[in-house]
Amino acid sequence: MKAFFHMGGYAMYVWPSYGLALVILLWNVILPMQRKKWHIASIKRRLRRAQDEK
Amino acid sequence: MWSFFHRLASPKHFYRFADRLIPWLGWSTLITFIIGLYLGLIVAPTDYQQGESYRIIYIHVPAAWMSMFVYVVMAIAGGIGLIWKMKMADIIASSAAPLGAAFTILALVTGSLWGKPMWGTWWIWDARLTSELILLFLYLGFIALQSAIEDRRTAANACAILALVGVVNIPIIHYSVEWWNTLHQGPTVTRFGKSAMATSMLIPLLTMFLAFKLYFATTLLMRARVEILERERDTTWMKNMIMGSDE
Repeated sequence: MKAFFHMGGYAMYVWPSYGLALVILLWNVILPMQRKKWHIASIKRRLRRAQDEK
Repeated sequence: MWSFFHRLASPKHFYRFADRLIPWLGWSTLITFIIGLYLGLIVAPTDYQQGESYRIIYIHVPAAWMSMFVYVVMAIAGGIGLIWKMKMADIIASSAAPLGAAFTILALVTGSLWGKPMWGTWWIWDARLTSELILLFLYLGFIALQSAIEDRRTAANACAILALVGVVNIPIIHYSVEWWNTLHQGPTVTRFGKSAMATSMLIPLLTMFLAFKLYFATTLLMRARVEILERERDTTWMKNMIMGSDE
């Protein structure tokens, strides 16, 4: 296990590569999910307001 | 068959199609990534020349391939939008741009992290690295141009032209290691003929490549869905769909 994380002495190059990949890939999944939620909520808000004014 | 594609050109049908497909694609992506990482980090043997550092290949090479693939997708979608004035094509092109930029950044940074222990330098202005950096600027230019132009139609046309002109950079990146003498190693995986890589290292690479492809398909649809929500918020179908799913 220790040897695995040590990566034959290249840990400081290998793990940042995988770490950055994780951050970038997750970011591009979470961002559109949040934006989707935000847009749906904002459309709902506008529709409710329009209904209340009637 | 044609009517299926024809319907996909309408944002309304595309939205439903994306909604149904995203969960399937998303889970396939995750499973493929887990298999790919297991094969690449645990099963694949140590390289006799590069030691364990070569394992960066499983991120670097798929990211670099995707950076070029996404650009071609973006340029084709832009071109279709330019010629046939298809709304969905513009949405695909503008959804692809930030993803392509992300893959390019990942390829550049992991390349740098690999270059330092192997070549002794983080960066060198050789043909492969420079043309990949230009690719990043093309993506960033596309994104900047789009947000700079108020009118959507004009923005889409301008961006499509930029994307199409920039396609010339793709073969330059691809052949840079053959046309010029560079520090960057030649292609390890070739479509035709024997690959220069051992099967035990190649299979994890191809698995990771598949994972990146699936990931791109998933996130492209997710971004397109958000774009549709934003652009079509005043349409009746959108209001009906959102209120319908609410109560």
